[in-house]
Amino acid sequence: MFAAENGLKGDPRLEAISAAIRVVPNFPKKGIMFQDITTLLLDHKAFKHTIDIFVDRYKDMQISVVAGVEARGFLFGPSIALAIGAKFIPLRKPGKLPGKVISESYELEYGHDRLEMHVGAVEPRERVIIIDDLVATGGTLSAAMSLLESQGAEVVECACVIGLPEVKGQHKLKGKPLYVLVEPSGLDEFC
Amino acid sequence: MQTIISPLVSHRLCLAPAVPRYRLPNIYHRAPPSIRLSNHRSTTSPCLFSSAAAASRDSEMATEDVQDPRIAKIASSIRVIPDFPKPGIMFQDITTLLLDTEAFKDTIALFVDRYKDKGISVVAGVEARGFIFGPPIALAIGAKFVPMRKPKKLPGKVISEEYSLEYGTDTIEMHVGAVEPGERAIIIDDLIATGGTLAAAIRLLERVGVKIVECACVIELPELKGKEKLGETPLFVLVSSAA
Repeated sequence: MFAAENGLKGDPRLEAISAAIRVVPNFPKKGIMFQDITTLLLDHKAFKHTIDIFVDRYKDMQISVVAGVEARGFLFGPSIALAIGAKFIPLRKPGKLPGKVISESYELEYGHDRLEMHVGAVEPRERVIIIDDLVATGGTLSAAMSLLESQGAEVVECACVIGLPEVKGQHKLKGKPLYVLVEPSGLDEFC
Repeated sequence: MQTIISPLVSHRLCLAPAVPRYRLPNIYHRAPPSIRLSNHRSTTSPCLFSSAAAASRDSEMATEDVQDPRIAKIASSIRVIPDFPKPGIMFQDITTLLLDTEAFKDTIALFVDRYKDKGISVVAGVEARGFIFGPPIALAIGAKFVPMRKPKKLPGKVISEEYSLEYGTDTIEMHVGAVEPGERAIIIDDLIATGGTLAAAIRLLERVGVKIVECACVIELPELKGKEKLGETPLFVLVSSAA
């Protein structure tokens, strides 16, 4: 669900967040309008709004784990975790985590990729939110959910700054709620 | 062999190169206990023991006149994984620090206390573990966060800097326009080893007229002498770890 439809309608912070995101056409390949959140990170106020909105949502939901997807999930997840008193768990590309891992594969447009998590990072019945900068097809988030659920954790919600049109109207991802702050920026200029 | 030092170092922010570094005498070395992680961690992993702190003689250590109790907790929350990514390397795993909510909070607080009110407008963080520590610091001190990334990850126009590896080279990139000449920056990474990556990050920022006030890492491996690669730029670390 989009934040604007879920209690934050007209919130000027969402406008500021959306305006701070830069669109880079034809990256990584032709036809893709890449949503660049690095410009959001340069706008201290807008970056703070982003974190504040997530923190306000999750602080009273007994969340003990924030899981963030490498690498842009790392930019948002830890600040949220610190503010709500939760652990931060990085979900990483293969071969990066040094200890014993479990892994889950997921589909890309062409081929597959894998996501890994340390064994023992999460305990059964812990309540988890998963963070990434953007959700498109939901493939990566689904793999993340599988990793956490395989360890007995309860995924309470997936949360992203940006949600592509495919997810609009979809309130759930694999049966779990999906919370998104803004739609992609600047698409109108290029249509 | 790892040792715990009880550093008795005055905490001074070295902004001017003329300020002498405090040197730690070897008499403060003592043998460490093997400390299991706090109960935030599952007990299933057999490899948990503390990463102990050997004194770095040349880097600024994060302590007051007696050992800051937060430092020991941070040090003990870091897991060491032998032979990763290859035999002979004792890998300093900060993921266990991130599972210890108090230790992670303290880590950020130590950096924030040091850098707030110092006119720092840029926190640059090196991919990917610098992305974990940098943004919370940036948010707390009112600075921008600038990610420094491996090639082809950043979508816009970039500037690149190459640096040497043991075999071959690697490249670090930053978006054009992310920083402006005259800005004051700190560079964050989880760990400094040989210093190659941080030195490249310094060069990249200096090329666009930014003043690097300090490099800041959670962990230093002092035997690899990474500090020497940083030139005039001071280095601040929380924990120093012998190989």
